[in-house]
Amino acid sequence: MENYDKLLNDLAPQKFGKKGVIWTTILVVLTIAGIIAYIDQVIKGQVVTNMNDYALWGVYISNFVFFVATSFVGTVTVAVLRLTKNSWRTPIVRIAEIISVSAIIMAGITITIDMGRPDRLLNLFIYGRMQSPITWDVIIIPTYITISLLLLYFPLLPDFGLLKKHFKEKKPKLSKWYGKLSLNWTGSEAQKAIQTKSIKIIAILIIPAGFMLQTIDAWLFSTLFRVGWDSTNLGAYFISGASVAGVGALVSVAYVLQKAYKLEDYITDYHFDKLGKFLVLVCLVYLYFNLNEYLIPQLTSKKEATTHINVLLTGQYAPLFWFVIIGGLIVPIIALMFKKGRKPLPMFIIGLLVVVTSWWKRYLIVTPTLLHPFLPIQGVPESWRHYFPSIHEWLITIATLAMALLIITILVRYVPIIPIQRTADEQEQLRTGKNLES
Amino acid sequence: MEDQNKNSRRKFLDKGLKLGLATAIGGMAISKISKLSAKSNTSNGEFVELMTTDGTLIQVDASEVVEIVHTTDPDKKYNVREGKPNRKYVMVIDLAKCKNALKCQTACNKHHYITGDHAWLKVYKMQEDEDTAPYWMPTTCMHCDHPACVTVCPVDATFKRRDGLVLIDNERCIGCRFCMAACPYSTRVFNWSEPNQGDMLMDMKMEGSCHSSPEYAGLPSVKGTVDKCDFCPHSIDKGELPHCVTACPNGVFYFGDKYEDTVTNGDETLRLTKLLADKSGYRLLEGLGTHPSVYYLPPVDRLVDFKEGLESFTDFKSVDKPE
Repeated sequence: MENYDKLLNDLAPQKFGKKGVIWTTILVVLTIAGIIAYIDQVIKGQVVTNMNDYALWGVYISNFVFFVATSFVGTVTVAVLRLTKNSWRTPIVRIAEIISVSAIIMAGITITIDMGRPDRLLNLFIYGRMQSPITWDVIIIPTYITISLLLLYFPLLPDFGLLKKHFKEKKPKLSKWYGKLSLNWTGSEAQKAIQTKSIKIIAILIIPAGFMLQTIDAWLFSTLFRVGWDSTNLGAYFISGASVAGVGALVSVAYVLQKAYKLEDYITDYHFDKLGKFLVLVCLVYLYFNLNEYLIPQLTSKKEATTHINVLLTGQYAPLFWFVIIGGLIVPIIALMFKKGRKPLPMFIIGLLVVVTSWWKRYLIVTPTLLHPFLPIQGVPESWRHYFPSIHEWLITIATLAMALLIITILVRYVPIIPIQRTADEQEQLRTGKNLES
Repeated sequence: MEDQNKNSRRKFLDKGLKLGLATAIGGMAISKISKLSAKSNTSNGEFVELMTTDGTLIQVDASEVVEIVHTTDPDKKYNVREGKPNRKYVMVIDLAKCKNALKCQTACNKHHYITGDHAWLKVYKMQEDEDTAPYWMPTTCMHCDHPACVTVCPVDATFKRRDGLVLIDNERCIGCRFCMAACPYSTRVFNWSEPNQGDMLMDMKMEGSCHSSPEYAGLPSVKGTVDKCDFCPHSIDKGELPHCVTACPNGVFYFGDKYEDTVTNGDETLRLTKLLADKSGYRLLEGLGTHPSVYYLPPVDRLVDFKEGLESFTDFKSVDKPE
């Protein structure tokens, strides 16, 4: 039992320190600034953005795609590592689940920001038609939110039970909440059996749901005629890209939490080493699909395709494109091949780089394609031939990113980052020399 | 009561099935007899005298007289989403005649009260290759028979009618702009801000038709929704040609009905099939499989000089606005 005491002391949610308060305040301020900008957008219309009839989608959509991609981390780490029975996942699964929940909720919010008539949101349900990829999105996003929440919640039940006891004297109110959330968890064999089974079902369910989510997201583009989107490669390309974005986000957040909560005993160099190998694997897969996406059309060199790709390779978007390819793929692949590159600090830097380039990658998927329609751009203001987000768009986009971090921060504040019960079980098993079955 | 109903329904179905079988076997003769007998069953011997439209008096069995159901809204003569029955509207644009006079665009902008920066009707300066001749190409909405925009609309706000028109219900549109991304002809425009169609509202009130409906060109425009060329159903309804057709001084635009196989530019009326065959008509981006309702005649044997059009060509403007 002293084993539990040490774990609980280390891992039970703690109050924010000074840094935590400052961090949260900044996020709240950014969020409020974004909300004000959004209200202004609703009043004046989307004229406050720099979108136009040619660049008809902008940073809102690419930001949405980024959130959807990042939410894939739940599928890729929890479920895939679980199916392949990689036991090193224990201390990082909860972080992955938290990122996943936060990202997919924000994806749902972000997509409505792009709507010209958010007041008519209900029309999607009243008049919804199955043939539209948007309707598929309307179905899969709430589904994925539900599954992600359950995947976060079910493994938490025993931990909530432990926390209820832990806070009983110190904070009776908080303890009561944990008690309610634990659904009267006692740790009986019957409860454990139900819990294990439920987690198993959800962990398997999230795989097809996650793949569907990413694929539908890709189909939003590949069902259209536009050059650069009209590609059969896009579904697989998005899934592999989402794995990169998700694992990158996981590495970054894991490092910050390790430092902020002094979890060096739990999230060790070993885990970063493993995560590094995982990241290099998904990067290599993504590189493969990138070659398919950019190199093959260049070889057949259809006029529209080469125009589009040359804008990326050597034209207006070349600096951004090469930053994304080198920073987001080449550098991680090379650095992570070496053991030194997989130490926590270099991993953190690479993780951040991967997240930033993933975000810009989505921008490059959405914007340049729209600026090269089939018919020439004529008869519209000169400014319509370019696109760069306006102040309103930046404020709102930054606010959505801040809100995602805020959701993570709040969850981390009240939920144990490392699964306590499972860690205890594993330590117990290590002592007795048995292997964990699930 | 319910039981009786059920019984009679069962009997009816039973009879119907038997009757159907009998007609199938017995052929025309038996079916005629059964119809006759059905008539005599319902008749109660009372007759009503009526006058036909050409003035002859006729006698009709009283049971056959049914009151015509009048539509409550006199404006709605046909279902806006269904379109005119037995029509298939098409347009032919003769590129050999176009010299970028832009009267079509001006008329369209005026009659649709376009207040944004993007006209519904545009005249492109086209040149396929350095070695080929440049030409002027007016574009409207192609009113495709396989409209990509309609396929992707999540709420059925943009729809395809039986008479060929693709229209927008701007009271339903959620402003996702998926249709704009789907359209390969970049024909759709968005109301990024409140469209200040001040004069329009006044004009519409004078005409007594101040309701927003796809039938009246979807006017007034609504902030945060999509607009586009509508083939002027309000003109068609009055038996008039679309504004671009009547405004063109060079007779570039022909409008008509594919079923009647006739198109007209106001001056001359031509057989559609013959015109397309004689002048090698084609459709824009045919390879995408959108099946447009707008045909083009290639810019050959040109009556006008391309350079004349350069005077009125404005690369960055398609809507004239009061300064």
